[in-house]
Amino acid sequence: MSVFIIRRLMQSVLVVWIMSLLVFVGVNIVGDPVDMLVNPEADQAEIERFIKDLGLDRPLHEQYWYFLLNALKGDLGNSFIFNQPALKLIVQRIPATFELAIVALLMAIIVGIPLGVYAGLKPDGKISKTIMATSILGFSLPTFWVGMMMIMVFAVMLGWSPSYGRGETASLFGIEFSFLTWNGLRHLFLPALNLSLFKMSLVIRLARAGTREVVHQDYIKFARAKGLSQNRIIFVHLMKNIMIPVVTVLGLEFGGLIAFSVVTETVFSWPGMGKLIIDALNNLDRPVVVAYLMIIVVIFVVINLVVDVLYSILDPRVRLQDLKG
Amino acid sequence: MSDVPTLAVENLETHFFTKAGVAKAVDGVSFSVGRGEIMGLVGESGSGKSVTGFSILGLVDPPGRVVGGKVLFNGEDLIGASEQRMQKLRGNKIAMIFQDPMMTLNPVLRIDTQMIETVLAHEKVSKETARQRSRDTLAQVGIPSPEERMRAYPHQFSGGMRQRVAIAIALLNKPDLIVADEPTTALDVTIQGQILYEAQKLCRETGTALIWITHDLAVVAGLADKISVMYAGRLAEQGTIDDVLDHPVHPYTIGLLGSVPGHNTRGQRLYQIPGMTPSLLSLPDGCAFKERCEFSDAACALRQEITEPVPGRAVRCCHPQIEAAR
Ligand SMILES: Nc1ncnc2c1ncn2[C@@H]1O[C@H](COP(=O)(O)OP(=O)(O)OP(=O)(O)O)[C@@H](O)[C@H]1O
Ligand SMILES: [Mg+2]
Repeated sequence: MSVFIIRRLMQSVLVVWIMSLLVFVGVNIVGDPVDMLVNPEADQAEIERFIKDLGLDRPLHEQYWYFLLNALKGDLGNSFIFNQPALKLIVQRIPATFELAIVALLMAIIVGIPLGVYAGLKPDGKISKTIMATSILGFSLPTFWVGMMMIMVFAVMLGWSPSYGRGETASLFGIEFSFLTWNGLRHLFLPALNLSLFKMSLVIRLARAGTREVVHQDYIKFARAKGLSQNRIIFVHLMKNIMIPVVTVLGLEFGGLIAFSVVTETVFSWPGMGKLIIDALNNLDRPVVVAYLMIIVVIFVVINLVVDVLYSILDPRVRLQDLKG
Repeated sequence: MSDVPTLAVENLETHFFTKAGVAKAVDGVSFSVGRGEIMGLVGESGSGKSVTGFSILGLVDPPGRVVGGKVLFNGEDLIGASEQRMQKLRGNKIAMIFQDPMMTLNPVLRIDTQMIETVLAHEKVSKETARQRSRDTLAQVGIPSPEERMRAYPHQFSGGMRQRVAIAIALLNKPDLIVADEPTTALDVTIQGQILYEAQKLCRETGTALIWITHDLAVVAGLADKISVMYAGRLAEQGTIDDVLDHPVHPYTIGLLGSVPGHNTRGQRLYQIPGMTPSLLSLPDGCAFKERCEFSDAACALRQEITEPVPGRAVRCCHPQIEAAR
């Protein structure tokens, strides 16, 4: 167990380092922030001083070296726009994004698993066919469009819920969260639902496929031969087996949820990391972009590790040593 | 009371409605097993032995369906019984041991969980009592240090051990009837002997009726009181174990017994029944065995009824080899 985790951590460091290289070089190719940042009336000397201040006059490998040295000290540079540490800017926004993503994930599980299992148990029923057809919509409709429709219908026409922002927050462990207040919850509901639709469809499909496979296994028939109740068979014998692929896939998709919250956050003006990165990209605010990408990489790496550990807990046949790193 | 057999199957018909046609997996099978009695159910692969077992428990899955006949359990017809009623009986009064030991235990649940739930599904006892009973039953089927092994998962057991766990689960609630589908095929000879001994003891002591499905005539010979031979979904021959094994009457049974290696056949070429098992989708009206039978003639093309050519013997053949039985 610990050997596995140590090996995985070392591999993770390697992954993060390679990504830092790619990100740093990539961002430098995309565009020149100087045009955006410098006052158009500034003269050549002023521009050059500006470039020198930012360290943009030095060769790329040298810039990268300084970036790396500072990064190891936890300093990913200052935002060109806000003139604040980029890392701090992003970390401030993390709770909002995580809150949104976690609530979306919970929604996907709570709605998706019962629907998927039902559709798997009665594959030919009318209700099952409706569920599956709807899940195709969830897959194929673009998130931003659905988000705008939700705002139009539920916020503008029906006036049921607010259409932007986090609403009131309350503090837990010194971090502000929306789900702790009624007003915040109302703000949270629509964007979380919007973000979860795609994953919900995914969970429905996974749960259905898993159920259809598992119900035909001999051990389910044997459970029936033991005279167990329908509930015991579904909620223990079947559920425990289908949760293995569902948890694995969803765990890996959690990173995607955070990355894709960019769209939802923009549509609902949710003040999370996604909104920040869009603004940073528009302004070619390099340090913020780099810091954001690095944090996303770290999140993905951590999620992968957590999923492997979860997987080995759920499936007794798998031990961590057996998983390839 | 005592004249009602534990199980009486009458004219059971279980068909599979597949795209290619209707497969008559069980086609008019009748037999009965009384208290403490052991019946061997033999026949080659695909002859409908397992489907017969599933039909008794009401566990035939679509596209299969029991289309006719009766399954009288202590006089109560289980065909058409409510699912609720069946749930009460299964695992409690009627238990089944499945054919494939590798697939019958749930891979993500511990052995103790899978045993205790079987007790608790039918009896209001404490979890501790259920656990103790599970442990004792595991010991009974020869699992060493059961207390400790109970906490393992199925994949930590060998195939033979898993089969013994499945057997233990069937024994847990001391059922009136056990349908055992080739339960000892995966076991080595000593363990097999132990299981057979335990099964026999259980039947004698508690009056459990036992249906033992197998390919292995030697096992049946030492264990069963009577035997039913199936061929292509139909009953070929039925009688007490000694009668049938010593003096088979149906040409198929004769062939089957002839193809078992024995002490005196060493060095000789084993007898082999010529031809192949017919497809269940296109069974002839007449005898299903006629293509492979040396005695067949025009009469065999007609529908065969069950007759009693010698007392106490049921045979579905118009040319019973009675001389052989004398
Ligand atoms: N799910 C199914 N769909 C279609 N046909 C089936 C199905 N299950 C069983 N059958 C038919 O029933 C027949 C009898 O099957 P069964 O499993 O009872 O044979 P068996 O005598 O137990 O053979 P074996 O000794 O190999 O276990 C098969 O030949 C097959 O044609
Ligand atoms: Mg079988």
